[in-house]
Amino acid sequence: MKWFDYAVPETVDEAAGMLAAHPRALLLAGGTDLLVQLRAGRKETDWVIDIKRVGELNELRYDAARGLTLGAAVPCYRIYQDRAVSQAYPALAEVASLIGGTQIQGRASIGGNLCNAAPSADAVPLLIAMRAQCRIAGPAGARQIAVEDFCTGPGRTVLGPGELLVSLHLPPPAPGSGARYLRFIPRNEMDIAVAGAGVEVVVENGTFRSARIALAAVAPTPLFVREAGDSLAGRPVNPESLAAAAGIARAAARPITDMRGTAEYRRHLCAVLTRRALEAAIQRARETR
Amino acid sequence: MSSKKDPDVSKKPRSAFSRRGFLGGVGVGGGVLGSGLLSPVAEAAPASGPAAVPITLKINGKTQNLTLEPRVTLLDALRNHLDLTGAKRVCDRGTCGACTVILNGRVVYSCTVLAIDAQGKEIQTIEGIAPAGKLHPVSAAFVQHDAQQCGYCTPGFVMAAKGYLDRHAPKSIEDVEKGLGGNLCRCGTYVGVRQAVLEASREMKGGRNA
Repeated sequence: MKWFDYAVPETVDEAAGMLAAHPRALLLAGGTDLLVQLRAGRKETDWVIDIKRVGELNELRYDAARGLTLGAAVPCYRIYQDRAVSQAYPALAEVASLIGGTQIQGRASIGGNLCNAAPSADAVPLLIAMRAQCRIAGPAGARQIAVEDFCTGPGRTVLGPGELLVSLHLPPPAPGSGARYLRFIPRNEMDIAVAGAGVEVVVENGTFRSARIALAAVAPTPLFVREAGDSLAGRPVNPESLAAAAGIARAAARPITDMRGTAEYRRHLCAVLTRRALEAAIQRARETR
Repeated sequence: MSSKKDPDVSKKPRSAFSRRGFLGGVGVGGGVLGSGLLSPVAEAAPASGPAAVPITLKINGKTQNLTLEPRVTLLDALRNHLDLTGAKRVCDRGTCGACTVILNGRVVYSCTVLAIDAQGKEIQTIEGIAPAGKLHPVSAAFVQHDAQQCGYCTPGFVMAAKGYLDRHAPKSIEDVEKGLGGNLCRCGTYVGVRQAVLEASREMKGGRNA
């Protein structure tokens, strides 16, 4: 690993000031992606800013009226160990225990998973389905964007010079809602998704009030398939509705062929995973109603 | 592989003081930056490195004072600077688990933690889990069940198993597999490992030794 300066800001302003002064600086949270990339030469910097001591980036707070605030540096284990958060957002707790193994979960953050901007990022399709908003700080002040607009390409995000992700915000779970992320990997754990599907549904009297569907590892970014979820709104909860939405998701996927799977196989997985994730989310919606 | 120091010493850092950080501070102090940028206070925060800086680590209950560059990982600090070679450097990219240590009660890959970032935390390595001359229940169960072949992954497995059993009481092989999902054994000793962890769990009375 090439040498670097190491700085530990304690406020968002301080971190943003360092970023502005050192445009090539990289932010360190858990380090499970960043340190590997620095060592492999896939990223290079002479400044590393450790953001783990910034209070707002460590915030994990659930409020039944206002929803969830998830600081960008909160490690995965804190999510699934928090009883209130796990009960309100079981799908989020699941995804936090799905990323890597226990050693990764002790360090890695959901915010880092998003900022790393891998097309296969497991947390991102679920965050999109659950309507997460990103709070961003920077030289021009704070701004907020929807998580589906955050990634712009493999490893690339909307963050401009001097900007950093502060936190993610999830709305409180709607009555009759359920969410789920499913991925396909050939191993049981510690693997990169061949494809994945994150969904959230709101169900009322056997009818979909709304649904959101997003896919992993089948496009240059995590892929929000708005039309697949919209196709369910107002439709009855039955296999035909699910099959139609799964078909739309499959058609929207733009996968490549690589060592993990062929494009055709990935398209097939999109339909299967979307249908199964919808079934699981519907089940969850019924249980929590 | 394991005894090799980090070979990537491409450029020699000049000074422990950050020249860039210093100039940045002067620039702000002199009022060079225009409006719309952040406050001078935000600019003045000091950085460590890139040359070696004093680092204090608490390892197995003992305070260790070191002088390390910020880029040095906890794994390399343990192996190359403290002669604690139990944690192994195998993949060096956060995948195989051979470098597993326990940081504030959490299992982590020491190859993806910077030593400078591990300051102020309780670090436990394989060398520190049992009193001298005794085996930790997990280590004893590994011996009992022949849960190693070449043995290179074993310290990582033992630490991962200890960290897991400190918090959980596995009821099945599937629980054990989930708990140890972050460790790999190229010899394929998983059958023995699973049995060893289940037995150690009974010995440790399911999480009560935390």
